[in-house]
Amino acid sequence: MSAVRIGLVVNPVAGLGGRVGLKGSDGAAVQTRALALGAVPCAGERAAVALAELRARGGEFELYTAAGPMGATLAGTACHTVHRPPAVTSPDDTVAAVRALVAAGVGLLLFAGGDGTARDVLRAVGDGSTLPVLGVPTGVKMHSAVFAVNPRAAGEVAAAYLRGGVDVRRCEVMDRDPEALRAGRLASRLYGWLSVPHVPVRVQSRKAGSAAVSPESAGGIAAELRARMSPGSLLVLGPGTTTRAVAAALGVDVSPDGVNVLETGRGSAALLAQDANADGLLALTHAREAHLALTPIGGQGFLLGRGNQQLTPDLLRRVGPARMAIVCTEAKLAALGGRPLLVDTGDEELDAALTGHHRVITGRRTTTMYRLVS
Amino acid sequence: MSAPKPATEPTREEARIAPKPPLRRFHQARWDEQLIFELGTPGERGISVPAPEPEVREAVGDPAAALPAALRRSTPPALPELGQQQVLRHYLRLSQENLGADLNIDVGQGTCTMKYSPKVNDTFTRDPRVAALHPLQDASTVQGVLEILHRLEGLLKEISGMDRVSLQPAAGSSAIWTNVAMIRAYFAARGEAEERDEVITTSFSHPSNAACAKTAGYRVITLPPDADGYPDIEALRAAAGPRTAALLITNPEDTGIYNPRIAEFVRIVHEAGGLCAYDQANANGILGITRAREAGFDLCHFNLHKTFSTPHACGGPAAGACGVTEALAPYLPSPTVEFDGTDYRLEADRAESIGSVRPFYGVIPNLVRAYAWIMSLGAEGLRETAEIAVLNNNYLLAKVSAIHGVSVPYAQGRPRLEQVRYSWERLHDDTGVHSEEIGLRAADFGTHYWTSHHPYLVPEPMTLEPTESYSRADLDEYAAILTEVAREAYEDTGTVRTAPHRSTVHRTKEDTLESPATWAVTWRAYRRKILGESV
Repeated sequence: MSAVRIGLVVNPVAGLGGRVGLKGSDGAAVQTRALALGAVPCAGERAAVALAELRARGGEFELYTAAGPMGATLAGTACHTVHRPPAVTSPDDTVAAVRALVAAGVGLLLFAGGDGTARDVLRAVGDGSTLPVLGVPTGVKMHSAVFAVNPRAAGEVAAAYLRGGVDVRRCEVMDRDPEALRAGRLASRLYGWLSVPHVPVRVQSRKAGSAAVSPESAGGIAAELRARMSPGSLLVLGPGTTTRAVAAALGVDVSPDGVNVLETGRGSAALLAQDANADGLLALTHAREAHLALTPIGGQGFLLGRGNQQLTPDLLRRVGPARMAIVCTEAKLAALGGRPLLVDTGDEELDAALTGHHRVITGRRTTTMYRLVS
Repeated sequence: MSAPKPATEPTREEARIAPKPPLRRFHQARWDEQLIFELGTPGERGISVPAPEPEVREAVGDPAAALPAALRRSTPPALPELGQQQVLRHYLRLSQENLGADLNIDVGQGTCTMKYSPKVNDTFTRDPRVAALHPLQDASTVQGVLEILHRLEGLLKEISGMDRVSLQPAAGSSAIWTNVAMIRAYFAARGEAEERDEVITTSFSHPSNAACAKTAGYRVITLPPDADGYPDIEALRAAAGPRTAALLITNPEDTGIYNPRIAEFVRIVHEAGGLCAYDQANANGILGITRAREAGFDLCHFNLHKTFSTPHACGGPAAGACGVTEALAPYLPSPTVEFDGTDYRLEADRAESIGSVRPFYGVIPNLVRAYAWIMSLGAEGLRETAEIAVLNNNYLLAKVSAIHGVSVPYAQGRPRLEQVRYSWERLHDDTGVHSEEIGLRAADFGTHYWTSHHPYLVPEPMTLEPTESYSRADLDEYAAILTEVAREAYEDTGTVRTAPHRSTVHRTKEDTLESPATWAVTWRAYRRKILGESV
């Protein structure tokens, strides 16, 4: 039997803008300016740390990658080259390289970059792809949950995955929201989902990317939500793996990246609207008993204003604080490392009203009293 | 091959015993021992009982006939069949394959207070006047042991400041459950059971507090630590209200940090109409210094197998003691031990009692040991126990804090009481080595440690609690082991990552612990789940 094939693709310009204060590296103009300001590429070096860690942990694999600084330079001679980029690389090279790696039959894809690179990978493999993917964090913006906590951890998670017994879970690919940015606000948007090896809680002592939700926690949270709702009322679910697992526990399959609306019956729930937008949500909830369940972005704590702008201040006021539930597993709360929950609805008065301690539902009959700031 | 060297007299220098290395060259036994169910031969017996004489047989008749037919087995039980020597050898081998409390410097089992259990106290429990008692004996025939129970209750009342103490619970969680059951009964008697359906606890209190409250039907609200590591008092203010039944809290918490605002916590809950129960599993640093009563608590519990030296017994039975104020006394488990000035008796006719939490009177051998331990120390000795435990802990804190890669989260620069939750986060960031791996490597030096409950709030945690039992030399050796393993993590990472190398078992298959489908805690379950047999 031949060894597992691992694909590696490095975005050589990832992270360029960070140290020179450009808040990102996307686009040739920004990259040129970053280099002019004295930025030094470090993506390859960080990817090499991940590879070295993987090898140190005894991972048996064959490495497939792209030529030059997109992988082969740092991988050494013992690799297969599937894509030859031009001297100046672009996002299309990431996409082409990933597609070639998929065609070569890799069983695990490592990529080194930031949110922009993660989106390119997503574009190449398709939303909801089952190919296990893991990001070596080398970017400036890393809102996505597809990255290891540091390059070494990436090698460690990859080695654990090769050894077997590691689950693969769907994790958020996020990036800065260009529309919000045009309006002068910093916000992130959910672009899709990649399958990421999940290392169990005992080694994942800090945010390590994916949000694990056991069926027991999700079932407990769902039961708690049901107990608060009268039959026939609406349940608006914000984006996230936790809320998606809650929907599954209620017997409904929803998209994880949108805002979805369920209608609860006496014994069951039905999907009323998938990927609802702001206007649609206001129309649906008009004159109805509506409850809202939100989950924070893992590792960051953002509850409103990142990836869920469909939940407008108007909608939040209509639902009201008594019918707004925060749901989160204990492990995900612990991974926040004491950082508070955050909201940025764009409405300062509403943000202030939400500030304080909230009961976060963590399971059946269990809550944690957690601080929220704006 | 070279020819053997001619035998010569060893020189004086050679004859000297080599000096001991700074760290001992430990290697654990490995016997590849089978399970006892796989050992033995059909028909083999530990004792060959001679056949009774004919006249005896005639006089007694068929002993089995004395049993009701429904209770008689149709087939003999499938027990292992072994000779005495094989049984002895089997268990001695197993005993060599672990790192028990009497074998290693057991300061790494933080929160468990692994103090020494004086062997002299075992002589009392082996005395026939304790060991040969039958739980159904008439009270008039067990006055001695009832006197011990009554006196032990008196001592624990004095130590806690509470009005009554039950000695019936079998261990710490059993005692927490007992307190929760009394809280439930208290509010039921006031017609508030429906309304007060919430129990508040903290992230760094033992998880049994949340678990027992949930088991009793309560909703549980957990308070996370604030930036200083104290339970967040603002979160408590937000949580307490008309639905609050109780606060279940440890102090010091599992971080070893004493919460100086504990009286205010109690006041906030009392003002909301709730009760306060003090989990005193961590009492070893405050014996004789502070009491639950003075902090305003309504209930408390001690783990006699921790603070009062009785053995932990690998998961029990240990012994717990619940102390309550007069207002809660009617709900104490039954029976209670009462003394009328002349006779001791067991009082079971108590209408408001929550009933029994353990058959008969509790775990008598451990209650006898705890009584002997307290009496051997006296009041001053108990306080000295706490002072030495705190001193030992802060001595170890100074030594361990100096190890490169270790940090001590929360309450910077402040001493800890009886234990510390350390973090190897910096070492992990530098080397990729996890706290669990450092603990496994420590096994190669004949010791070990425990990390923390899950989920980890302190990254890469290690919880050490040295108690008063360990000498300065013991603590120096323990710190030297951690120092050496940390050095290896930086300089010889592979050795640490693949540890242990000198232990009985190198790595357990932890994934088999993740799912109930692969848990096998009995031979029958092992045959069914692992061997795939239909039994």
